[in-house]
Amino acid sequence: MSRESLFNAAVLLGLIAFPLWAWSVDEPFMITLATKAAILALAGVGLNIALGLGGLVSFGHATFFGIGGYAMGVLASHAQVFDPIFTQPFVFEGSKSMPVIWLFAIVFSGLAALAIGAVSLRTSGVYFIMITLAFGQMFYYFTISWPAYGGEDGLSIYVRNGFPGLNTLDPIQFYAICFTILALVLLFNARLARSAFGLALNAARQSPMRVETVGLNPYRLRLVAFVISGMITGLAGALFADLNRFVTPSMFSWHLSGELIVFIIIGGTARLLGPVVGAVVFVGLEQVLGGLSDYWHIYLGLLLLFIVLFARGGIIGGIAGREAAHE
Amino acid sequence: MSLILFAEQVLNGLQYGVMLFLMAAGLTLVFGVMGLINLAHGSLFMVGAFAAAAVAGATGSFALALIAALAAAAAAGALVELLVIRRLYDRDHLDQVLATFALILIFSEGTRWIFGSFPLYLNIPSALSGPIALPGGIQYPLYRLTLIGIGLAVAVGLWALIAKTRLGIQIQAGEADREMIAALGVDISKLYTIVFALGAALAGLAGALVGAIQSVQVGMGEPVLIVAFVVIVIGGIGSIKGALVGAILVGLTDTLGGVLLPELFKLFLDNSAASSVGSALASMLIYILMAAVLIWKPTGLFGARA
Repeated sequence: MSRESLFNAAVLLGLIAFPLWAWSVDEPFMITLATKAAILALAGVGLNIALGLGGLVSFGHATFFGIGGYAMGVLASHAQVFDPIFTQPFVFEGSKSMPVIWLFAIVFSGLAALAIGAVSLRTSGVYFIMITLAFGQMFYYFTISWPAYGGEDGLSIYVRNGFPGLNTLDPIQFYAICFTILALVLLFNARLARSAFGLALNAARQSPMRVETVGLNPYRLRLVAFVISGMITGLAGALFADLNRFVTPSMFSWHLSGELIVFIIIGGTARLLGPVVGAVVFVGLEQVLGGLSDYWHIYLGLLLLFIVLFARGGIIGGIAGREAAHE
Repeated sequence: MSLILFAEQVLNGLQYGVMLFLMAAGLTLVFGVMGLINLAHGSLFMVGAFAAAAVAGATGSFALALIAALAAAAAAGALVELLVIRRLYDRDHLDQVLATFALILIFSEGTRWIFGSFPLYLNIPSALSGPIALPGGIQYPLYRLTLIGIGLAVAVGLWALIAKTRLGIQIQAGEADREMIAALGVDISKLYTIVFALGAALAGLAGALVGAIQSVQVGMGEPVLIVAFVVIVIGGIGSIKGALVGAILVGLTDTLGGVLLPELFKLFLDNSAASSVGSALASMLIYILMAAVLIWKPTGLFGARA
């Protein structure tokens, strides 16, 4: 086993042990904190498929996070007041069921990723960064100025949505759902990276011309990766909305897109667990530094600056040493 | 809508456009010459506005406030370039985005720490307050008209600086071939610091000028920054001419869209639906414009680099 695999196993064990410990000593806030980290990690894992594997620096992944959030908000808000979303050609009342909400979140964020990716991937480099950023802002301002679903104030859901057979209001059970999804997506990510598609995508990142020469279309590979990436981040958005029982346009904000990239960089770019480590560290820092100072963003900024300037490769990069990022 | 109201909105759009140009010019110059994406440019806008508000509050002089804004933003820009940005020229865009994102966090929280969370106010100088009568019976605020004038004057000045002066020629040469001009004996790192400080000063000027119309608060630079990116993407990254055309285009589209789209929807929807659909769509309009331009020309209107 490489040092990176050992570290990864330790991280996953920690993500199981910490909430179980918090549960045993009756600290529901700690479980909620772990849930937040797991959900943000899931969003980061989604972004890492585009950014790490595909080399696509998307600065607009909050778009998909927000769409997932609003999928939950719209479906659940209609269901909780018994006001159908539409009545033609059949009556659709919305839903308070997590699996139904997840399906909508995945489908709609996938469609948005398809449309945004189709336009954005015509460009590359700095244009791609700026365009994805601008698309995110487009959704942000749209939700702010669209009064039907709360506008700037967002939407509140009174009771967390349900999952068959579980009590989602119990923090540890909701955490179990989020962690299971994270684990499944990590498994999928690991398989994807080693599949023919993953290898071709990785090759397209390193040398698009060679990939074209062997008869593959880099644009199509990147678009598929972008859509998969958007769908996973959308699912994370739906879970995040359920964690807070609240959605606002801030889920679309470009700060969040930046933070998702920050997770990946803190943890280590293109590392399987990079975004997970990054999200855990970020949520931990927010808690610890936030308790020490009202101005904790200064320390976060300095830390980030230090990592970018002097400690490239992030935390996992530092632990794994010279081992290659792509095995 | 009356013609007079329409003409006023066109002027508002122009005013917004030339302010965007002051922001976009620095961004596009820094990108064109050094190949660097600077997300912290919005922070320099904020630094300018806060410096102006603080000096105007202490001395009561708007002219001194403007000088302070220029000086503070240029100094902050030069300092940031020396300490951080200079290590990023050879890095990929991802590192640049992250490091300058970190600078935003530091600038915003630092400003909040010094000035507190409450907005400051910067008054329009009394000589420029009040409306002025324009031909055709239009009453338009003199201050906003002055802003249009200043913005256009800066555009001309910047063009002259780049096309006609020794510094401008060095900047153009640095854009074309960095090693060659270093070999010719030009101190390239000093040149970069100057270009960066110049871009910062323009952003600071925009911040001070706009600060008298809006309130001066932490985070005020960020919405402007994003729109300035839209401007340079539309105009073509690295092109000053593109930045000017893009800025005017975006300024007019945003302002006129906000007024005209709800009116347009009133033709076939009831009033409240028309105003909500219209304003929601208007808020997306510049991004739709950008997408349309990029579908047509992936490197922007005047861009050469991809």
